[in-house]
Amino acid sequence: MPYTPELKELIKHVEKTRPARVALKKGGGEFPMMSLPEREAMLRYHPDYKEEGRRPLAVGPSKGYRVAHEFANVLEAWSRVDPDKVDITNVEVETDILIIGGGGAGTSAALLAAENGARVIIATKLRHGDANTMMAEGGIQAATKLHKDSPYYHYLDAMGGGHFKGDPELIYELTTRAPDVIRWLEAMGMMFDKFPDGTLKSIHGGGTSRKRMLSAGDITGAEIMRTIRDEARNRENINVIEFSPAIELLLDNSGNCAGALMYNLETEEYFIIKAKAVILATGGCGRLHVQGFMTTNHYGATADGLVLGYRAGVPLHLLHTVQYHPTGAVYPEQAEGLLITEKFRGAGANLVNINGNQFVNEREPRDIESSCCIRECLERKLGVPTPTGRVGVWLDSPMIDLLSGPGTVEKNFPGKYILFKRYGIDISKEPMLIYPTLHYQNGGLKIDARCRTIVNGLYAAGEVTGGVHGENRLMGNSLLDILVFGRIAGYEAAVYARNSSFSKELSLGHVRAYHRELAQSGIDKNRVAPMLLPDYTDPQVRKRQLTASYLGTLR
Amino acid sequence: MDNTEIKTKMIPIYIMGKRYRVPETLTIMKAMEYAGYKFIRGCGCRGGICGACGTVYRKAGDYKLHSGLACQTVVEPNMYLTQMPFYPANRAIYDFNDITTAPEEIFKLYPEIFRCVACNACTKVCPMEVDMMDVIANLKRGNIARAAELSFNCIQCGLCASRCMGELPQYHIAQLSRRIYGSLIAPCAKHLQTAVETIAGGKYEDCVRSLMAMPEAGLRQVYQVREMEPEMTGEDWGPQDKTCL
Repeated sequence: MPYTPELKELIKHVEKTRPARVALKKGGGEFPMMSLPEREAMLRYHPDYKEEGRRPLAVGPSKGYRVAHEFANVLEAWSRVDPDKVDITNVEVETDILIIGGGGAGTSAALLAAENGARVIIATKLRHGDANTMMAEGGIQAATKLHKDSPYYHYLDAMGGGHFKGDPELIYELTTRAPDVIRWLEAMGMMFDKFPDGTLKSIHGGGTSRKRMLSAGDITGAEIMRTIRDEARNRENINVIEFSPAIELLLDNSGNCAGALMYNLETEEYFIIKAKAVILATGGCGRLHVQGFMTTNHYGATADGLVLGYRAGVPLHLLHTVQYHPTGAVYPEQAEGLLITEKFRGAGANLVNINGNQFVNEREPRDIESSCCIRECLERKLGVPTPTGRVGVWLDSPMIDLLSGPGTVEKNFPGKYILFKRYGIDISKEPMLIYPTLHYQNGGLKIDARCRTIVNGLYAAGEVTGGVHGENRLMGNSLLDILVFGRIAGYEAAVYARNSSFSKELSLGHVRAYHRELAQSGIDKNRVAPMLLPDYTDPQVRKRQLTASYLGTLR
Repeated sequence: MDNTEIKTKMIPIYIMGKRYRVPETLTIMKAMEYAGYKFIRGCGCRGGICGACGTVYRKAGDYKLHSGLACQTVVEPNMYLTQMPFYPANRAIYDFNDITTAPEEIFKLYPEIFRCVACNACTKVCPMEVDMMDVIANLKRGNIARAAELSFNCIQCGLCASRCMGELPQYHIAQLSRRIYGSLIAPCAKHLQTAVETIAGGKYEDCVRSLMAMPEAGLRQVYQVREMEPEMTGEDWGPQDKTCL
């Protein structure tokens, strides 16, 4: 759908103010950045700060902790199986390390574990590589230009961007190991954006003090994923089982993690994988649609690992915040929720309101950008209405060609350029209409700097964990997170597995205990988790599916 | 979630030959869900980048096969469609450490590359507008760099392989060429190597540890006054304050 005549009329306001905004930037000027107190005042517009959006957890290791209702609904939920009816003595396959999740964290963990002598199984709910990693566009942070940058500044940016709530030990690992991760990717053949002499191109992201965002076009995550997946496919001791989510972790009688109860989504059979160590790398939660927001996330982002780990006894950390990416598409309707990378703002595109006026510097941290967009639309009523009754603000992408030369948008953002062209919108000439969209799970399972959880033999890495990003993640730190901590988890689990033997008996005792807690709290038996897949069936169709019984969102 | 308005015009589409009426504004993916399909295969990122939902379709009265991604393509009246969630293409196993820039290595792993008859079916079917035939042509001539650049937007959906009369797995061959280009042909980043070594040498250890030990109030102060690299600067910009560099 090209822009309607009404929207085209409104775009003229943006065009009118554009020359002055471009001139300001060219002259080295900036829309003023906010001070810390100004930022903190702005956060009351952020969905995380709506108390009615959360409730204290009734059960589990973080009982009493207030999280969004959508999280509470999957955490205060029954297992998909009755522990008394599952035969867990019949083991289908044994492996040194079971990795649950086949995205960037799981795959990098597999590579490191295999290199350290372990036999590895990656079990994944959808295909290998079906993950939010694949969708990350803008870039990956690493301090590689030492004449102006160092892990010190990267640390400072990450800590401040996360409201000083991040775990120092984790941020230390994140920032000091970053260049090594980039070198690892380069050696595997990832096509980074470079100058002719090999110097990595780098730009700013929201909340960075130095230009350290490295990229591969506007498909950085996809390029990382397809490169490391390709390498994993060459390794003899990495096996991948697709379309097979984990339903429960299995412990042994001493409380060590010893495998998982799996489910074949296609044949609907349950099966057991026994392992010396397990790594949870299941990713995030966007498909829970926290507070009703649209999401940029993958179809499989249903917080499954959070549920599994929590039931096994792992406490939550910083899960009270989720990240709303400031720029999700709201037009055309087919692209709704789609991520428009922060790199557009990094390249100079302003956010402007219905009158064409800028209302925030485009390089504030994400939560601040989102809060400003929400305030502009809901309180100041200066948002742009869409034909489907939504509201948004303009992301003025045509500025980029004016700042960096004609053709820059097409060359640097090929993915988005082609996509919008299909809808009849040339984003190098017309701005995009955007609104905040649910993007990232800032918090998650508590881990230490070696990716260990409180449960012996259970490791976790990536978006399922909490602490690396404090209360707000900066752009480019999640691709870095999954690789830094995926690699740590793979290595640590391999060393652990080397010195352990298989457990004799597997147990679902922790699930029984959890069920007792649920019963005491009077939790509805119809609420089951993990969710596995979201349900977008039309309600009318659902009503007519008389023969189907639903267990959660699954038929 | 779904606030599809009742007044939306409904159009007929044929999913694997079966007729359904769906709102005309939806993508193929949302239309299938609207019709009652629940995806296990054939649905991934829903954002046009993962390659899970390659779809082929015909339009009414037209013999031509069209292709697209179900999550990106809007339904049209009387569209005849099927998804291609998987294709059993051949993928060679190799030890990447042994790979060189000699094109013969690719030919050895994928001898079928010379079965290409330049029919252009792969290019025509590509939902990402990758000129796949040209990728293969460049590889046959030994131009790995060009093949890597041309195939950069490949999402590995496999539609090219499904249409290929020479039975080439174009998307796997292209992946190999990109990895060779990225690691062995493109110049490597010397500053990256320096950074890795300098950090390993412990140069920043004290600086970073000092931040880790700092109480929040002090940290806020340091954060607030940290020097910002201006937006429009060249590669040679350096900060005034060189401590901790």
